Amino acid sequence: MISTLLVLLTSTLRSSTPLILCALGGVFSERAGVVNIALEGMMLTGAWAASFFTLATGNVYIGILGAILASVIMAGLHALASVIWTADQTVSGVAINLLASGFTEFMAVKVWGTSQSPSANTAPAIFGISLFVYVAFAMVFIVHFFLYHTAWGLRLRSVGENPWAAETMGINVISMKIQGVLLSGVMAGIAGAAFSVGLLSRFTVNMTSGRGYIALAAMIFGRWNPIGSMLACLLFGLSEGLATLFQIWQLPVPSQFLLMTPYVITMLALAGFVGRATAPAADGVPYVKSR
Amino acid sequence: MPDKAKSWVKEAVETVTVPILAIFVGLLVGTVFILIAGADPMEAYKALFKAVAGSPRAIGETLTSTTPLIFTGLAVALAFRCGLFNIGVEGQYLVALMASALTGYYLHLPPVIHALVALAAGGLAGMLWAAIVGVLKAYRGVHEVINSIMLNYIALYFTHYLLMYYFREPGNRAAATPFIQETAKLTKGLIPGSRLHTGIFVALLAALFVWFFLWKTPQGYEIRAVGLSPGAAEYAGISVKRNIILAMAISGLMSGLAGAVQTLGVSYKFYEQMGFIGYGFDGIAVALLGRNHPVGVIFGALLFGALGQGSGAMQAAAGVPKTVVWIVQGTVVFFVAAESIWKFLRRRRVKAEVKTA
Repeated sequence: MISTLLVLLTSTLRSSTPLILCALGGVFSERAGVVNIALEGMMLTGAWAASFFTLATGNVYIGILGAILASVIMAGLHALASVIWTADQTVSGVAINLLASGFTEFMAVKVWGTSQSPSANTAPAIFGISLFVYVAFAMVFIVHFFLYHTAWGLRLRSVGENPWAAETMGINVISMKIQGVLLSGVMAGIAGAAFSVGLLSRFTVNMTSGRGYIALAAMIFGRWNPIGSMLACLLFGLSEGLATLFQIWQLPVPSQFLLMTPYVITMLALAGFVGRATAPAADGVPYVKSR
Repeated sequence: MPDKAKSWVKEAVETVTVPILAIFVGLLVGTVFILIAGADPMEAYKALFKAVAGSPRAIGETLTSTTPLIFTGLAVALAFRCGLFNIGVEGQYLVALMASALTGYYLHLPPVIHALVALAAGGLAGMLWAAIVGVLKAYRGVHEVINSIMLNYIALYFTHYLLMYYFREPGNRAAATPFIQETAKLTKGLIPGSRLHTGIFVALLAALFVWFFLWKTPQGYEIRAVGLSPGAAEYAGISVKRNIILAMAISGLMSGLAGAVQTLGVSYKFYEQMGFIGYGFDGIAVALLGRNHPVGVIFGALLFGALGQGSGAMQAAAGVPKTVVWIVQGTVVFFVAAESIWKFLRRRRVKAEVKTA
């Protein structure tokens, strides 16, 4: 019984770690008023780059830095289109996800000749739990601190709520939005690395398989704040863990229903049946400085 | 030239400029990646052209892959016209695949009627799936993008559940439903040797319907009014809620028909889906390229259908990974979306006009 619980606990932690990191990225971006469905693509790019740089240098930390860099470049494209060129943020996100899935598979085949990389070093495990797990939970509180207890955090949030008012207070709205998007790239990059040099030891094509969208849902269910997002990610991770466990036990509950749960819960939450979720007021609205 | 015709031409030129520039940049980026892959771009494009339009059979195959994209492009475009972003086409498509496969197999009806009923079943399934999003948007104010994404995954798992627990053909190693009845199949053989089926006509009819509905009926006018300004539409006595639900439902109908024609014209069964096929995301690109107009959608679908169809041949003949095509598609969407970067062209032209005046 205890060993089963332990299996469930570790599998929940494993599934939720990349989700938490990615959802924190979503918090940065959406708090600055930029909708970010490009998280999926950024994370995938990060996963590829982590494997690439780790294999090239033999050092997993350089791999993680490479993942952050690659993901931030993708985030830069998103910032360029949606903040500077005021494109529709969702459409720009779709474009980046397309680019990322094309680019990572192209590069995987180009570099490794197949759709997956050879096995690479992974980040060390402490007490049998990957370093990424500790980083994810630590980041929750770090991000919370920066958002709610620093002047910078107040500025970032004000830009997402009312950019026009923020501008009159002397805040550089465009700059804050770009910072938010780039930081989301940093987090998504770490999340991607958590996949390819953390939980697993190699990159495989499309290995994030929609986790970016789940992270986005978790962030919304968690009401656009770090701690709420973490709790939502743990819940989503638990349903994934249960799905695996139920399959092992051959329980009559179809695994598809457990896998569906996060999405159904999110819809119910948004519809106000499980508490109310409200987005930052100016989320998704391109900001055009009035001349 | 009479003034009216002149302004029409001017408008048409302005409408196609951005998509054409974006396609150009996309092909440029694609060429760079072909070079990185170590292939000859000329060879690659030659292979692409040959696979897309080199023979009657090739043309037939290209039109076959264009057909579902016309529907998904129309779905996204129609929702866009109401100010809605239907990113849930994938899910609507999946439930429709299942609905058509089931009605195609379990019902026993005369030919033509059976196909029509199965088409309608697919369309209806997509319609209901999308209407959920519309209702939640209208009455609970939930953003359609999030709910559509959620429903995509729910559709993926739900159809998988139905397949595995109820409708899987016993004794078949691959997880799939049985083949649909002959009476439900869409007629093939429009171009001998290709899989082209009558679904293409249904697609063109759908485009005509969307055009007529949006621009020639009061209901379509209302939908466009809501899309331009919900506040102003409400003030003018138009029910924003009603139109949001209606637009989502008809958009879902189009996605559903996409799934229906694929089942009834190409695959003839529902087989296990390990992930999304991508017609929904392609539909977004098609709609954007086509400027959310049915005529534009047809051309956009043709481009993406051709790229999708030709990518395999490019890989086989010229050694270009088919992923290059996705990179081209992504680039095109990116540059169509970031329309404002092309504004400098217009600004310069305005200046020129001021000078000549």
